[in-house]
Amino acid sequence: MLTKTRNLLAVAAAATMLAACATNSSTAAPAGAASAAPGTGGTKIGFIFVGPKDDYGYNQAAYEGSQAVAKAFPDLEVLTAENVPEDDNASRVMEGMIRKGAKVIFATSYGHKDPALKVAAAHPDVVVLQQGNIVDGTLPANFGTYFGTVYEPVYLAGIVAGKTTKSNKLGYVYAFPISQTLDNINAFQLGAASVNPAAKTYVVNTSSWCDPAKQAEAAKSLLSQGVDVISQHQDCTATVIRATEAAGAYTVGYHADATALAPKGWLTGSQWNWGPLYTAMLQSIVAGKFTGSPYNANYRVGLKTGENPFVQSPYGPAVTEDAKALVQKALAKISKDGSPFTGPVTDQAGKVRVSAGSVPDYKTIESIDYFVTGVVGKIPAS
Amino acid sequence: MFIVDVLSGGVRGGTAILYAALGETLAERAGIINLGTEGSMLAGALTAYAVTAETGSPWAGVVAGALAGGLLAAVHAFMVLSRGANQLATGLVVLFLGGGLTAMFGATYVGKAIEPFRPWPIPLLSDIPVVGPVLFSHDPLVYLSYLLAPAMWWLLFRSRWGLILRGAGETPAALAAYGHSPLLVRYLAVIGGGLLAGVGGAHLSTAYANAWFENMTAGRGFIAVALVIFAAWHPLRAVGGAYLFGAALALSPALQARGYGFNQFALDALPYLVTIAALIVLGRRRVNAAPEALSRVFDLTPTR
Repeated sequence: MLTKTRNLLAVAAAATMLAACATNSSTAAPAGAASAAPGTGGTKIGFIFVGPKDDYGYNQAAYEGSQAVAKAFPDLEVLTAENVPEDDNASRVMEGMIRKGAKVIFATSYGHKDPALKVAAAHPDVVVLQQGNIVDGTLPANFGTYFGTVYEPVYLAGIVAGKTTKSNKLGYVYAFPISQTLDNINAFQLGAASVNPAAKTYVVNTSSWCDPAKQAEAAKSLLSQGVDVISQHQDCTATVIRATEAAGAYTVGYHADATALAPKGWLTGSQWNWGPLYTAMLQSIVAGKFTGSPYNANYRVGLKTGENPFVQSPYGPAVTEDAKALVQKALAKISKDGSPFTGPVTDQAGKVRVSAGSVPDYKTIESIDYFVTGVVGKIPAS
Repeated sequence: MFIVDVLSGGVRGGTAILYAALGETLAERAGIINLGTEGSMLAGALTAYAVTAETGSPWAGVVAGALAGGLLAAVHAFMVLSRGANQLATGLVVLFLGGGLTAMFGATYVGKAIEPFRPWPIPLLSDIPVVGPVLFSHDPLVYLSYLLAPAMWWLLFRSRWGLILRGAGETPAALAAYGHSPLLVRYLAVIGGGLLAGVGGAHLSTAYANAWFENMTAGRGFIAVALVIFAAWHPLRAVGGAYLFGAALALSPALQARGYGFNQFALDALPYLVTIAALIVLGRRRVNAAPEALSRVFDLTPTR
């Protein structure tokens, strides 16, 4: 057994006064109740990614998180697998990692949920964590989902966009009308409208997470409408940012700090920092405390709870002190209230969706299927 | 203006396909079909992007992209012309070769910034209402394609070179009897076609999308091959087809940016449907326009 883990486990053992584990023979560690707590006693941690680890986006962020874990747990070997499809192949990759000694698996794509549940059912001694999806009902004792609240920094960026726009027309290029995307668009518009009631968000979808040609056309058509701030929810972001910068408009980023692509027009954006959350979850798991913990659920973090893996990107030169002060004010408010979706929130038809003063929970927000007042565009019919 | 958005989007978005279609016209007029056009486009897109990133010059990028597209087409030409391999199967192999190689070597260029082609609005002409923004407010590769299509027509139908090239595609035996080598002509035509497909790919990555991403051509090479057939192997007809495809592609964002919502699946399929429908109408009287030697592709005679 490895030193760092052993130290942690020793603490856990001393605190709970529990016997040594029975099932993990040679690498047995003193943790858990009568049998080993799931996730303890492993020598490796597995991470699977749906895309390449250097996509400058979602998968790279998760990969960097895994490397932060490797640094935080020098005695545990971090196994990573890129381009893992969201089907039975994912189960096979996870099974392979478990055979190599992994007792904790991070399945980092939304669509890895079903294979992850399958693997968790087959290996009660392994903790499987799924990034981004939600599991209904009671979760298995060795399973959890986790995600941050990306719409919080998006809301803050919306405030900056609303203060910066001259035409009061904001643009948003998105991939598919799923709730994660709709949340971001709605939060962006709510943020903008909170400081500039005349601001409207024009939306264009591309039916793809990364089709640069479609993105180029989407950005062009928004710009020709007089939109002067563009944000996006795409896996590859360079095309839209370049088109926006070339037109002299402002950019709100996504996934990463892209100041280099838009030295003049960069405002701010949302980017990722998974390391602290991964590390906190692992500390609890290797200490044998996973089952019954908040991580053994649909765990969602935001400004209120801390550890949000989504953070605001640095400001660009065009952002005024006034706008920054408004962001600080909103930040403090969300940290207290718990959500940018605090009511009243009305949809495009004017129907009240969140009543005044009430704070929707994460699950409600993650199942949003409408645009809020001020978003121009329709959710595509399917 | 809505119509200006769609039409200028049509020219901008259709240019990459136009280059590839002109290249494929060249190859097929010489009697060789190259389904690997998509691969040549990808090779052109990545190479142009990488060279632009390293040298800072998009023109150097386009030249390198053309060479990469031509190199991949040379693989096709060698397999088909010198080894007698099946044209359709080899084309697909070349396509996947291009896709795989560019995905592998392109990983380091994803997200890397370049200094791309900028639009060059042509003085005076670009001020004309509607016509100006639609035709004369683009990047230099678009203007180059305006010259290339008629030049290709002249080359094929008015020059001695064109006669020889079409001879290779119609009756290679007669061409050989006149002392010309059909083999050499076909090599040149296929490689020349690949060069142009490479330029098309370069337009995508260094002028249109200003980014490289794995498989960014998204089927445009196949559209180009289909266009050539529907356009009855005529370079000027290919222009209309390519722009039509581009315009159908620009329609969805132009509608959405104005707040109109339609069935997304229908809008996504529209570019393909419109292109096919229009070219069937345009090309219906030209059923016998196919170069004679192309029929060998379908009765599986090796092309030697």
